Amino acid sequence: MHELSITWNIFELVAEAAKGRKVNRIIVEIGELSGVTADSVAFWFPEVARGTEVAEASLEIRKISALARCEACSAEFPTTSMLTACPCGSFRLKRLRGEELIIKSIELEEVP
Amino acid sequence: MCANCGCQGDKAVVLDLQTGETTTMATLHQSHSGHSHTHDHTHHHHGPHQHASDGHAHTHDHTHQHHGPHQHASDGHAPAQNPGVSIVDVEARILAKNDALAARNRAWFAGREILALNLVSSPGAGKTTLLERTIRDLAGELPLYVIEGDQATACDGERVRRAGAPVVQVNTGTGCHLDAEMIARALTALKPAPGAVLLIENVGNLVCPALFDLGERAKIVIFSVTDGEDKPLKYPHMFRAATIVILNKVDLLPYLDFSLAKAIGNVRQLNPEAIILQMSSRNGEGTVDWYDWLRTRLRARRSSACLMS
Repeated sequence: MHELSITWNIFELVAEAAKGRKVNRIIVEIGELSGVTADSVAFWFPEVARGTEVAEASLEIRKISALARCEACSAEFPTTSMLTACPCGSFRLKRLRGEELIIKSIELEEVP
Repeated sequence: MCANCGCQGDKAVVLDLQTGETTTMATLHQSHSGHSHTHDHTHHHHGPHQHASDGHAHTHDHTHQHHGPHQHASDGHAPAQNPGVSIVDVEARILAKNDALAARNRAWFAGREILALNLVSSPGAGKTTLLERTIRDLAGELPLYVIEGDQATACDGERVRRAGAPVVQVNTGTGCHLDAEMIARALTALKPAPGAVLLIENVGNLVCPALFDLGERAKIVIFSVTDGEDKPLKYPHMFRAATIVILNKVDLLPYLDFSLAKAIGNVRQLNPEAIILQMSSRNGEGTVDWYDWLRTRLRARRSSACLMS
């Protein structure tokens, strides 16, 4: 629901880092339990970037699968949803991965 | 609703209900360029082990930029050696700006020994009624201030003002959540006293407010028994983030097919640590535990402030 807001944040950070240079590619990591729908960010991005130095950039979204450690039995296991329990039955989990919302890097055209 | 929540071109409005004064603010993405004195700067490290301020002798064709809330802005870029294309390792959290502003709010609260709480729920779960009762019951005992968030109208702000607390209404326009900057703006109008409790009533929405830190000490989720037992499972992010879950409107239980045991089990599944309070803001049932929690947390806030700020 808030993906347009999130996309604006991506755009702002990228534009700030690019300092007017043309952006070719943006690599973003979105965890599957981050609360943000990657496809929706991809949908909004061209609208947000239209008419700017970021407009022609390709947005590469890397979806990060989620992993947790059980605080009861220390097992590590994938958590495909927020409701996934440890195979031992415990819901006391430390989430190790899958909540990322990160801009990893951008590729820029250098001014000759 | 939230197809528009990035609010391009939209304005949030802050209304001080004490003075009637209204200020209009640009939304987050439009309004950050001027924050030169805050801690939400970006810091550009040129080269893996160099600071931007110590010269620009570049031997790498990569530009490394570390964006962080506690770092200072540096000057511009020196050109990378490799012409054509360069890669910038941004490594920035997408919500870095909101998080930095939230951190600033948090420090501001800590310095003033203010206990700030973020109240969230679906629309109609009883947030405002809970505030009204709390304000009336604790009048003269705890100094309470309120920031009211709604897309439109000052209806709730007026209710809170009539109940007796200083209040600022934030109308988010099309926005579906409060953000840290709206809180910062509201605080300049509200001016909560040192040692107060600040109750922030977020926009009625169990989705978006989960992602936007306001600088609060705790999130309070109000879960009405008229919502159905499965609400926590449907909105897991919010219930997981809660310090307290208030099961509200329990006076209606005799008229509903609502299983308290099932509802509590669903909260526990997501958030084993959450404090669950059963309450009716309408008849006051169960409010004693809520008030005790407020008193205890405010005392803790006051005694820890000197350590935190």
